[in-house]
Amino acid sequence: MDNQRPSDRESIIGKSVPRSALRQLVHGRGRYTDDIQLPRMLELVFVRSPLAHAKIVNINIDDALRQPGIAHIFTGADIAEICKPWNGEAAHRPNLKSAPQYPLAMEQVTWQGEPIVAILAETRAQAEDAIDHVFIDFEELPAVVDPHGALEASAPLIHPDLGTNLADEQLIEAGSPDEAFNKALHVVEADFTFGRQTGVTLEPRSVIADYNSGSRSLTVYQSHQSPFQMQDLYAQNLAIDENNVRVICPDVGGAFGVKLHIYGDEVAAVASSVLTGRPVKFVADRMESFVSDTHARDHRVKARMAVSANGRIQAFEVDDLSAVGPYGHARRFSIVEGLQTITSAAAPYKFKHYRGRTRIVYQNKNMIGMYRGVGLPIACAVGEQMVDLAAAAVHMDPLEFRRQNYIDDDMYPHTTATGIHFEQLSLHQCLTQLKALMNYDELRQEQQQQRERGIYRGIGIATFIEQTAYGSRYYGPTEARVSVQEGCTLKLEPTGKVRCLTSATEQGQGTTAGIAQIVAEELGIGVDDISVIHGDSGTTPYGGGSWASRGAAMAGEAALKAARQLQSNILEVAAALLDLAPQELTLSRSRICLKHNGQSCMELEEVAKIGHFRQDQLPADLQPEFAVTRSHVPRNDVPPYYVANGVQASYLEVDTHTGIIRLLRHWAVDDCGRILNPMIVDEQVRGGIVQGIGGALLEKCHYDLQGQMLNASMADYLVPMASEMPDIHVEHVETPTRYTQLGAKGVGEAGTIGAIGVMWCAINDALRPLGAQVKEQPFTPEVILDALKQTHQ
Amino acid sequence: MQNTREIAFTLNGEEVSHRVPVRQHLADFLRHELGLTGTHIGCEQGVCGACTIRVNGRSARSCLMLAVQADGCVVETIEGISQSGEIADLQHEFIQRNAAQCAFCTPGMLMTAADLIGGKEPVSRDAIRDHISGNYCRCTGYHAIVDAIESTLNKRLASDKSNPHHG
Repeated sequence: MDNQRPSDRESIIGKSVPRSALRQLVHGRGRYTDDIQLPRMLELVFVRSPLAHAKIVNINIDDALRQPGIAHIFTGADIAEICKPWNGEAAHRPNLKSAPQYPLAMEQVTWQGEPIVAILAETRAQAEDAIDHVFIDFEELPAVVDPHGALEASAPLIHPDLGTNLADEQLIEAGSPDEAFNKALHVVEADFTFGRQTGVTLEPRSVIADYNSGSRSLTVYQSHQSPFQMQDLYAQNLAIDENNVRVICPDVGGAFGVKLHIYGDEVAAVASSVLTGRPVKFVADRMESFVSDTHARDHRVKARMAVSANGRIQAFEVDDLSAVGPYGHARRFSIVEGLQTITSAAAPYKFKHYRGRTRIVYQNKNMIGMYRGVGLPIACAVGEQMVDLAAAAVHMDPLEFRRQNYIDDDMYPHTTATGIHFEQLSLHQCLTQLKALMNYDELRQEQQQQRERGIYRGIGIATFIEQTAYGSRYYGPTEARVSVQEGCTLKLEPTGKVRCLTSATEQGQGTTAGIAQIVAEELGIGVDDISVIHGDSGTTPYGGGSWASRGAAMAGEAALKAARQLQSNILEVAAALLDLAPQELTLSRSRICLKHNGQSCMELEEVAKIGHFRQDQLPADLQPEFAVTRSHVPRNDVPPYYVANGVQASYLEVDTHTGIIRLLRHWAVDDCGRILNPMIVDEQVRGGIVQGIGGALLEKCHYDLQGQMLNASMADYLVPMASEMPDIHVEHVETPTRYTQLGAKGVGEAGTIGAIGVMWCAINDALRPLGAQVKEQPFTPEVILDALKQTHQ
Repeated sequence: MQNTREIAFTLNGEEVSHRVPVRQHLADFLRHELGLTGTHIGCEQGVCGACTIRVNGRSARSCLMLAVQADGCVVETIEGISQSGEIADLQHEFIQRNAAQCAFCTPGMLMTAADLIGGKEPVSRDAIRDHISGNYCRCTGYHAIVDAIESTLNKRLASDKSNPHHG
């Protein structure tokens, strides 16, 4: 591939170009789903289950139908007449059990918040008023709310047809772990409890469905990460010809995985439009977001690590119990967190003997799904905390212990004991850079001095890996109808400007800005000469959308291919006009230039104009092709993911009297492969870290023994505020993947993956002189004080 | 039968009169009756700050005010202070520093930050963080927002110093 550029041209890739999309957003001129009003639109609200587990004996809607403004009321059975259920099974995992899930509850409810009845009214207030006039008789059943209890023989079954509450169990074994543990000089062990969390997108889940009963076509505006997945679902489950289904994702106010899923309430809203022939809007209010947006984490992990006298990791074992909701998420499953936990814990380290087990158990609580990092934050926290314990057991500095046990730089390509393939990581370089960035040695001295004054500060280090851009070898065998290909169409307009239609979607990450930079670079035009159109299944090429940090790597590569083809097509026309060979020409600064000396020959605009309006000036057999589409999907002979890596450090202070943690400083050195826009990458890392810190210190969905969520409001579920968060220093190492021409790997989840682990390590580093250790996250003052109290007993 | 009332107030410099349901909150009224969708709704309980507007010169949560309470008030929204150019420099800094990602919080954040950048004294980063702590942002981690506010304020102060009569 020709990567030569005229020497006078400045590269746009790698520059911190501001995002053009922000110009409208900072003026309040974005267009989020709830901002859209359609004529004759009905507002939809749901009656949700007040109980975690119950049989539905009777639903009486008569009184509700008589309330002012009520247009229609639908039950589960009404919706099921036109909408098939979905299932969180995977074709290649016959042991994974999941029950069919309908848009609205049918005979039983399985979590508090499950939608039961859809009320459609002229105004939202009228629909909400009618909720109190729907009467549902329940026969309450015992709720399954404890993951260990769920597996006991006496446990009530959430889905009797499955015969068990165990969704799946997966085992991995490598080498001879038993023998290695028996022979090891030191074995460290720890238990971990990870709380349930949720993404809290500031814009709630929102959908407007507009079914045209004349043309039998469906247009859906949806705050979602994958318009293509939803187009497919509506076509399949509502039996509408797919060419007549169009899903548009307008501006999306945060997603983080929450908006990747199939939600019964959203599908019921779409089905309601089909049933009524009128536009229907559903926007979750914050209270129902907490009991219906997908939750994440909620794991119990036991781990042990064997280490030699000279500080070499010999063997590692992880036993994970993952508590999920009452169903597996269709197409995205319930087992991924557990699998990530047992395949990725301590993945940066070289050890041969390993055993991992994950068991995934159903609970009568809200659904668990994919949230930023999926299982990787758990893997990182477990692995890094075990590494700290091992370092302490052999009296080694934890940073040096890591360096000594990292996969060596000359070991790549490398496959871990758990089967992850690393093309090339930069573990040692990241750690060296971090050590300098944070002044590690001085900080240890300062920490020691503070301890002598009775101030307990901790230094945490967490190494993480991030598998990005999962490909077809991963999703294909599941038969989940998840596209892992991304596409890009470029259109040269008659004035030499470019429209770029990408299958990547945007929830604020800035992926589309990075894509514009790629196109600008390849075509020798400015980023402001390019408009990016995205989030519309009816116009852009088909693709996956945005999830698993795939935008830059996958859609970026598709854009690169499309831009190179368009460049070639433009130069072919220019060459004909100039009576030169295309290979003698290049594009730079919106001009056609001679490749060998950069001399300008003609304006790009002139070529575009002739190609669109004056084809009479072209040779008879030359057809200008100024619209180009290219796709990218990873090859089948390479791993179905790229692996990024990085390391974070935290410096914090634990108040041993109040249990309150004060964050002093935070650092990250990240390697996401080729960087398109350093500012955007920095902000992805920083934002991800703060979300991870929220999970580490504050965020937990509290449930009682009846399966009632106790803190389902923004006032009670705490997320990070500006005043509690530190400044975050970010640096980079760049190790491009060689599996693509672009070389980008992905960065969207990096910050979050490392944050819980780095907090865990820092807090226990602070508490170590006191003999205390936290074992449960989030690290609330109560958890800290409990840990301290146990040392006095 | 819905209870409604006539209200009249100044909205972004223009006189507005409207009949509103007495139970409708101001954010819903601005968004759905007047089409001013730059004011966002994140929680409807005054926690997240996405609906922050300015009422009689002070920032206020429009989800915690009823539309009828705007009667006789001077109300400004993100659309108004964008059009007037009052925060053009702050908006420019937000763009330059990528201090907004999904930007759902941004209009409210800008309304809150606008209070701070009109002052005559430097403000520490900690004080900026305290000031915007009633506005949740789930995307940025706040660092870039603090940078943008700090930079705008410092530029304004420097400009005041060099043009003391035009401050």
